[in-house]
Amino acid sequence: MGKENIPESVVQLAIADDIIKIGRANSLWPLTFGIACCAIEMMATGGSRFDMSRFGAEVFRPSPRQADLLIIAGTVTKKMQPGIKTLYDQMPEPKWVMAMGNCAISGGPFAIKENYNVVLGADTFLPVDIYVPGCPPRPEGLLQGIIELEELVSDWKRFKDPEKAHSRQPSIRAQADKEV
Amino acid sequence: MILTLTILLAVIIAIAWAAFNAAYLVLAERRGAGIIQRRPGPNINGPFGLLQPPLDGIKLMAKQLIIPDGADKFMYISAPVLVMCPAIMSFVALPYSDWLQAQNIDVGLLMVFAFASMGTMGIVFAGWSSRNKYSLMAAMRSVSQAVAYEIPMIITALTITLMAGTTNLDAIVAQQSENFFHWNIFPLFGETHNILMPFSFLIFFICSMAETNRAPFDLGEAEGELVAGFHIEYGSMGFGLFFMGEYANIVIGATLATIFFLGGWSCPFGLFPGVWWFLIKMYAIIFTIIWIRWTFPRTTIYGLLNLSWKILIPASLVNLLLTAGLMKVF
Ligand code: SF4
Repeated sequence: MGKENIPESVVQLAIADDIIKIGRANSLWPLTFGIACCAIEMMATGGSRFDMSRFGAEVFRPSPRQADLLIIAGTVTKKMQPGIKTLYDQMPEPKWVMAMGNCAISGGPFAIKENYNVVLGADTFLPVDIYVPGCPPRPEGLLQGIIELEELVSDWKRFKDPEKAHSRQPSIRAQADKEV
Repeated sequence: MILTLTILLAVIIAIAWAAFNAAYLVLAERRGAGIIQRRPGPNINGPFGLLQPPLDGIKLMAKQLIIPDGADKFMYISAPVLVMCPAIMSFVALPYSDWLQAQNIDVGLLMVFAFASMGTMGIVFAGWSSRNKYSLMAAMRSVSQAVAYEIPMIITALTITLMAGTTNLDAIVAQQSENFFHWNIFPLFGETHNILMPFSFLIFFICSMAETNRAPFDLGEAEGELVAGFHIEYGSMGFGLFFMGEYANIVIGATLATIFFLGGWSCPFGLFPGVWWFLIKMYAIIFTIIWIRWTFPRTTIYGLLNLSWKILIPASLVNLLLTAGLMKVF
């Protein structure tokens, strides 16, 4: 899904809109909803070592009425699909969907000839905003996904100066090569 | 005219104090949970994460408001208001220092308890009107819990009234002024001698925790059994109001415990009595409540009701009788 440019109300107040967007970006409450193995990584992300609460996103709400973000963490089977659709419909606007892991993106390891019950990708029936690849993605991956989603929601970057972050990467890799 | 204006100002300050506490105790709870679980907690948005509550508030207010099909509209909308308003009303009667009080009411104790029990009404409204089986079950649980724990709480408050001889909260504190041994929790040199007061404090503390639906007594919103409890159908600011009402009630419980047992604004060594001592004691109690929530697992509904009907109510009744006897003897 690209970015939609639908005005949210009749009266548009630029500053108020910006503040609301920042508010939304900084408190993305996910739905407590794990489907398969990727959910284990999602739990780890909420745990002490990675701690997504730093970004204000640790409030896993059990009720879809209070959630902003639906993280599809795992294999979507044909039996599960209507349930997920219902949960998505029950969430109030504005809401976002994240496809976490290869299963939710494209069927992943189940996209084979013999497959009879796995839906090949959550985007076949839901408007997915962010894809986090991996089988399973590491918790850092999910955090990156949330930070990217924050930018998508509000046009506001949490961490400025990405060049610096990229320039550090080769050196880390070089170090790892040396260790090997 | 001047009188009306001062009362208005006092009420506005009381509302602001309640809302401020409700918003920032949520952050304190999240950071506290982080510290207890060895993680930082929300610390990036603003210095020490201080911008997190306003950001959450903005998000909740800007979210779509859903009224479920077939819900009783009037009750559905009024329920969160009914939880938050009585909590704010109680703040009007609470004294924080000998000059810092919105209204000095002679029946302050009675008024606070009357408004505190109205909050349960909001929970029943929410559970009944959302037309959801989980919320209805949670509301029934909450009511049985509130009924069970209000009795020992009020009997304990009655014990205090018996000792102080007044229901004026200001006067109750005035009797415990001076140092630690004059406080009601351990009255060695005070006007009344009663060795049972530490138990009264324990009963009062447990009851105030259960009254506010806090873990380990949060059977009303047990996620494993009831999804989200009585506020399952509430999104947006309706849910926010339930949340804020809960924290406002915690503040009321801690404030009452401070007034009844810990000597209000008097200092443990008799030095510089003032509002700062009150705040230190109150926040120490609130911190203990948060600490308990992140340390103990949830009880079962049977364990919860048994604790009240089989232990706390008989104990508080015996306490009341013995206190009356002791007062007669000494
Ligand atoms: S992507 Fe891999 S880890 Fe995630 S649910 Fe599918 S099989 Fe499991």
